[in-house]
Amino acid sequence: MNSFSYNKAHDVAEAVADIQEHEGARFIAGGTNLLDLMKENVMKPAHLTDINRLDLADIKENEEGGLTLGALVTNADTAWNERVEQRYPLLSKAILAGASPQLRNMATNGGNLFQRTRCYYFYDTATACNKREPGSGCSAINGINRIHAILGTSEHCIATHPSDMCVALAALDAKVNVTGPNGDRTVEFGDFHRLPGNTPHLDNNISQGELVTSIDLPPSNFTKNVFYLKVRDRQSYAFALVSVAAALDLEGDVIKDIRVAMGGVAHKPWRRREVEESYIGKVASTENFRALAETMLTGAVGFGGNTFKIELAKRAIVRALNEALKSGENL
Amino acid sequence: MKTQYIGKPVSRVDGLAKVTGSAKYSADFKVEGMLYGYIVSGSIAKGRIISIDTSGAMSLKGVLQVFTHENVSGLPWFSIKYKDMDAPTGSPFRPLHDDKIIYSGQPVALVVAETFELARYAASLVHVSYQEEDFTTDLVKNMDQSYKAPVGKLGYVSPKSRGNADEAFDQAAFKMSGSYQHGAEHHNPMELFSTTAIWENGKLTVYDKTQGVSNCQFYIGNVFGLAYKDVRIISPYVGGAFGSGLRPQYQLFMAVLAALELKRPVKVGLTRQQMFTFGHRPVTLQQLQLSASTDGSLESIKHEAFSETSRFENYTEIIVNWSGTMYNCDNVKLKYELVGLDMYTPVDMRAPGAVTGAHAIESAMDELAYELKMDPLIFRLKNYADEDQTEEKPFSSKELIACYREGAEKFGWTKRSIGPRSMREGNQLIGWGVATAAWDAFQAPARAKALLSIDGKLIVSSGTSDIGTGTYTIMTQIAAESLGLKIEDVTFKLGDTNMPLAPLEGGSWTAASVGAAVKGVCEDVKKKLKKMAVKTKTSPFYDTSSKDIVFDSGIISDVNDSSKSISIVDLMRIAGVNSIEETSTSGPNPINKMKYTFNSHAAVFAEVKVDEDLGIVRVTRVVCAVAAGKILNPKTARSQILGGVVWGISKALEEESKMDHQYGRFMNHNLSEYHVPVNKDINDIEVIFVEEKDDIVNPLGVKGVGEIGIIGVAGAIANAVFHATGVRVRNLPITMDKVLQIAEDDKNQVAV
Repeated sequence: MNSFSYNKAHDVAEAVADIQEHEGARFIAGGTNLLDLMKENVMKPAHLTDINRLDLADIKENEEGGLTLGALVTNADTAWNERVEQRYPLLSKAILAGASPQLRNMATNGGNLFQRTRCYYFYDTATACNKREPGSGCSAINGINRIHAILGTSEHCIATHPSDMCVALAALDAKVNVTGPNGDRTVEFGDFHRLPGNTPHLDNNISQGELVTSIDLPPSNFTKNVFYLKVRDRQSYAFALVSVAAALDLEGDVIKDIRVAMGGVAHKPWRRREVEESYIGKVASTENFRALAETMLTGAVGFGGNTFKIELAKRAIVRALNEALKSGENL
Repeated sequence: MKTQYIGKPVSRVDGLAKVTGSAKYSADFKVEGMLYGYIVSGSIAKGRIISIDTSGAMSLKGVLQVFTHENVSGLPWFSIKYKDMDAPTGSPFRPLHDDKIIYSGQPVALVVAETFELARYAASLVHVSYQEEDFTTDLVKNMDQSYKAPVGKLGYVSPKSRGNADEAFDQAAFKMSGSYQHGAEHHNPMELFSTTAIWENGKLTVYDKTQGVSNCQFYIGNVFGLAYKDVRIISPYVGGAFGSGLRPQYQLFMAVLAALELKRPVKVGLTRQQMFTFGHRPVTLQQLQLSASTDGSLESIKHEAFSETSRFENYTEIIVNWSGTMYNCDNVKLKYELVGLDMYTPVDMRAPGAVTGAHAIESAMDELAYELKMDPLIFRLKNYADEDQTEEKPFSSKELIACYREGAEKFGWTKRSIGPRSMREGNQLIGWGVATAAWDAFQAPARAKALLSIDGKLIVSSGTSDIGTGTYTIMTQIAAESLGLKIEDVTFKLGDTNMPLAPLEGGSWTAASVGAAVKGVCEDVKKKLKKMAVKTKTSPFYDTSSKDIVFDSGIISDVNDSSKSISIVDLMRIAGVNSIEETSTSGPNPINKMKYTFNSHAAVFAEVKVDEDLGIVRVTRVVCAVAAGKILNPKTARSQILGGVVWGISKALEEESKMDHQYGRFMNHNLSEYHVPVNKDINDIEVIFVEEKDDIVNPLGVKGVGEIGIIGVAGAIANAVFHATGVRVRNLPITMDKVLQIAEDDKNQVAV
């Protein structure tokens, strides 16, 4: 672990200013990932700006008619929030599929977006990793890659984004509000995270000095037929091999709208709106779900240890959509 | 008799201390002026250290020293000095000895500083440059390098073949062939290894996490040239070890080295990642060929195993020998070979060898049962071994049939449909599997001391260890019952080299070995008290026969006349004796050992539910019926079996240390990616102890329960998965990709 300086910011302006003043500084909120990475010498921030005191811990109604989730609301408080449960059950389910109660009590919504990959090589400084040390190479491509990406990979990195919450946020068309030295901006969730390309050290499109203040959820009709399926090597406290956030808006058995986002398969939550759109107006059936799944996995490439994920992901999509279909019946 | 404690579910006597935090584990000991050491781990698998730059670390205020091979000297050149009591044949690893790197993660430096945080930070500033050499860590790719496993490791016996298995196999009506593979596993006890060493007035006191204080004393004495009497090792509580604490680990060496050099107390602990840098359960490849006649009698068993070891030691364990004793069969061909790889030497891990071999033989038995279209339980009963055919000896006791019967009844085995894929609930395929387990009931020589004070309180001590198994509790029970005391008047102490010598704590032999010593020494005290009762003039028993004297709840009375009695306290007072101290040794009966085979047994029944589309396996029910002689404490014994079953589920479905052969390094070195079961993975587990009376095995009639619970579980689950899905997954762990037969890198599954 490195030596670092530390400051507790009292408001957003101070936080943003503080991080500008220190080279290699990071924000810290719950610290559930950052502290681990520091102890393993994977991240060595010279300065930490603690944002836990900022006034960003509320869930509020927004102008659009949706909810705005404060960046410092914990994952647990978000998942168990009555309005979230009723209006965005997909998000609740996704959050509760992640980590453990202890971690969800500490982890914040803003921090969740900045989780780093769980690639073994990223965590081990004795090995090459382009994400940790640009230009050193990717060990996973020819190494142990059971948990790695099958979509949107590059020759430089096949890491996945580990979040469950983000998969649901992607499916729900969330927007992320950011404050930085140049003022405020809003980022579409689909544009928040990046694919590795030749800059795998960059996880997202947020620059060093910017602070996520909240997440906007637009009004949603996906309140009944939703399901979050997390396929993993044990029943709890494991990252997804494949996860699927599935949501259906139905008229009879006809699809009025549909959302399918996948986790554990790419460097960011994987969603393709054009595929979803092509199923609007079609019947919600296993056959159509399978056809959709095939299209969703177009271009998937395996690296040996993770090749099974291609077929597994298709099956998971079908299952998740069928469960979403069923979950509506139970209401 | 009221003071009957043996066989009762006494709660842990150390429970209060543990839950209130007063039980001190090795890392809890704090000493004034203590320094902290942090170990720098090597990053390559093989080669030489060209240079170590410690200047950055040394320049920090508060850093006292960075120990490396360049500044450590004066230690023995000969590797034999580094041999501990559990060392296999070969040359043990010598930390900081020279510039050679022989495995990935090897400790290359120890930073010692005034605080832990400073030592950890300073360690990050130590820069090591290496010259790398070619290495290999892949067992599968080095099978042509295999060699016969040498004898020499404690407890290892070479396999013995009999009859002509090749011929019998060729001629048999029904046969099966299969190859089975296990990944590596690390023990990963919750408690990390930690040592605090204090060097004072020419004496060394060490607080350590170990399964054998004497082994550590022996090792430290030899390595550092100290008289054993000047080395005291203390280890009162151990937060799990599972075999990892049988050998002294390198943090012990490091702490002692620094304490002797710096003349100050030093604490050194390992990180979780470093817990993956010494012994593991080895990757093993097994080939099984079985054959049977049309009536289901086994005609031949061929079992060979190839295990990895390091280049410097021949780690051996008993894997294939079990195939020679488990079932009745005249033609048995066994082979066990090692392959040396560029890694650390494996070390015993709960049920070493047996759990590996049992998975393969029990899967193979299941496969042959399907060939025969026989119920797999009936097939096992058909080939039941009444005696140990390998040694041509009877078993001292063997209630395995009762295990099968009681287990099957509890499980509802008769309701099982025989065909694969014949039971389901919606998209969940249901499967039931059975497997058998056996383990040795060892007894080793052990010593114990008893001190009975005039207040009627008894302290019994022996230098054994309690790794969470319940040693404190059962020894307290044995002592209280043997001397007829109330249990609250008895204290058992362990984990200190100042106490009488006990064997390493492992192999399920502690209950029998230390238990016999405790019983023996208490009986010696009892004899003294009896003598005192009949020799003391004012005693009610003066000049009577000591044969009629009985002890109960601290009262000595006449078996025929209960009005004639005196308390132990009063007797000692009138006799003018302040205390009675006895030390005694117990050991196995060599004649019985020659005449009989001592084994514990178990039958495991498992139910799995497998998601037909996603391949996810859940173990919904396990019944484990155990025959392990006398059960001293059904509560702690049940916990042992539950823990074994949970670990068996882990081994079957989840657990594996993943080695990257590009680096020769285990990669999932944290508890997030090294999977063991979480609460949600564990459902119903039923433990049955069948009645098994055994007067031959040892004076207490106990066989030990540490290992027997895990051995059959992976086989039972693998068999249940086949019954559910029709897919035979022969490589552990059984993950969804293997069940669905879509695992690109593992094609060793067959479907019917």
